[in-house]
Amino acid sequence: MAAIELEGVVKTFGPIRAVDGLDLIVPEGICLGLLGPNGAGKSTTMRLLTSQAIADEGRLRALGYELPRESKEARARMGVVPQLDNLDIDVTVEENLKVFARLYRVEDLNEAVDRALALARLADRRHDAVDELSGGMRRRLLVARGLVHRPKLVLLDEPTVGLDPQIRAEIWTLIEDLRAAGTTILMSTHYIEEAERLADEVALMAQGRVIARGRPGELIAEHAGRRTAEYYAPPERRAEVRSAAVAAGLQVRSAGPALVIVGCERAPDGLVPDDAITRPSSLEDVFVNLTGEELE
Amino acid sequence: MRRIEPAAVLGVMSREVANFRTFWRSTTFSSLIEPMIYLLAFGLGLGTTLVSGVDGIDYVQFVGTGMVATAVVFSSALPAMFGTFVKHRFQRTYDAILAAPVDVEELVSGEMLWIGLRAGVFGTFPLLVTIGFGLDPAPGMVLVPFFSLITALAFAGFGIAVAGSVAKIDQFNYITTLVITPMFLLAGTFFPIDQLPEWAQVLSQLNPLHQLVVLVRDACFGFEWTDLLRLAGLVVLAFAMWRLAISRLTRRLID
Repeated sequence: MAAIELEGVVKTFGPIRAVDGLDLIVPEGICLGLLGPNGAGKSTTMRLLTSQAIADEGRLRALGYELPRESKEARARMGVVPQLDNLDIDVTVEENLKVFARLYRVEDLNEAVDRALALARLADRRHDAVDELSGGMRRRLLVARGLVHRPKLVLLDEPTVGLDPQIRAEIWTLIEDLRAAGTTILMSTHYIEEAERLADEVALMAQGRVIARGRPGELIAEHAGRRTAEYYAPPERRAEVRSAAVAAGLQVRSAGPALVIVGCERAPDGLVPDDAITRPSSLEDVFVNLTGEELE
Repeated sequence: MRRIEPAAVLGVMSREVANFRTFWRSTTFSSLIEPMIYLLAFGLGLGTTLVSGVDGIDYVQFVGTGMVATAVVFSSALPAMFGTFVKHRFQRTYDAILAAPVDVEELVSGEMLWIGLRAGVFGTFPLLVTIGFGLDPAPGMVLVPFFSLITALAFAGFGIAVAGSVAKIDQFNYITTLVITPMFLLAGTFFPIDQLPEWAQVLSQLNPLHQLVVLVRDACFGFEWTDLLRLAGLVVLAFAMWRLAISRLTRRLID
């Protein structure tokens, strides 16, 4: 049984089709990264899965439960880590966790809270008000709150958006632990590195639907080759190189002052200038190749 | 109607209790001191200079018993309006709660019950203060928290429904000016309504706060059979406001 099954899902907000015929199956036990720019429909997809948004068309199932009819049963087994911090800041760390353990009908509150505190490495701060925690601690608490009831499926909505690199690394460690424990994860993100590092598979979303899906390495190899060159030069010189690259059938684009040649290992000898910078191709290159849009 | 699970309602209330523990001192302080100030200003000030009594009741006691309704409306309608709006729009608390196995019905029920219980307790404070000012205790007074609870549930539902309807927080000004303040003034707290023009008397009879004022005074000075009708009216209103609050908040929270 798949943890998530979405078939032909459509969700509109007035004239905007936020989700437009979305088909998505997430097998149990994997971490699937939903990668796309703002407005691609990632957060709406998350809200559809918790029935905080109701689809206009299509079939949705989570953990075998039909949505929205059996949403409550599905939500009882699902953990959600929101994009925005919505902790109760005047209340202690422990009370924040206890309240949600009650909402999730956890029987042994103390055991659940102790486990969540250990997971978030906040056991020594359990009696402190959330307001007294650092940004990283608050984010770890937010993740722990979503896991307090040992969910089978975890929805992470932009789990590290707006965080500094050190805190981001802390959250990644938490997610890696979760993944190692076999929990199914659906993670929306617009950070390439996050998707490449954490996701077993990536679904690229644009304009409310999945435009490509696969393992990060496979997607990159298929759509962007092995290496990408960035060439910084005066506009006239860049135009010359661009023409030659297009003539050779390569994917090119402008990125600020640079000309980007995707899959440059396939370029004829001498086409890529010696002073161009080459790097491994990334999901960003895949996304831009497929949509013409930048991710970040 | 879908089944409402007590565990979900209690879970929502437990969040309110956890938060209330952080500010109960200031709220309790103002709930005790405010009626004292009102009683000193209106009861002793007005009562010793212009009005000695109303319908055979000492003016301090008239105002003190009427102030139960004031305490109830200000500790139910306003927290429901502002609290709901802030938790939805600014704190995003409801997003987190609704991601758990909690439906909007259970969320609204938990919020209303907590506000009702709290206002039921705070509603008795003016009565206790008035006893300190010379009101004789009466057996009927034990029902005052219950009357306050039912009325507070109605106003909590009203406040949540308003919060689920307005687009901006400053639109609450229309509600406080056009609804809460006239209700408060036409409740019969500070003066008897039978001296008002007929149209105002009719409006007062439709005012749930006036019904609470009469119930509380009758609890202190002797019940009449019509009090059952007043109570029934408040129960029906509370139920109607509960359903309205669920409907309005569902439209606001579920896309």
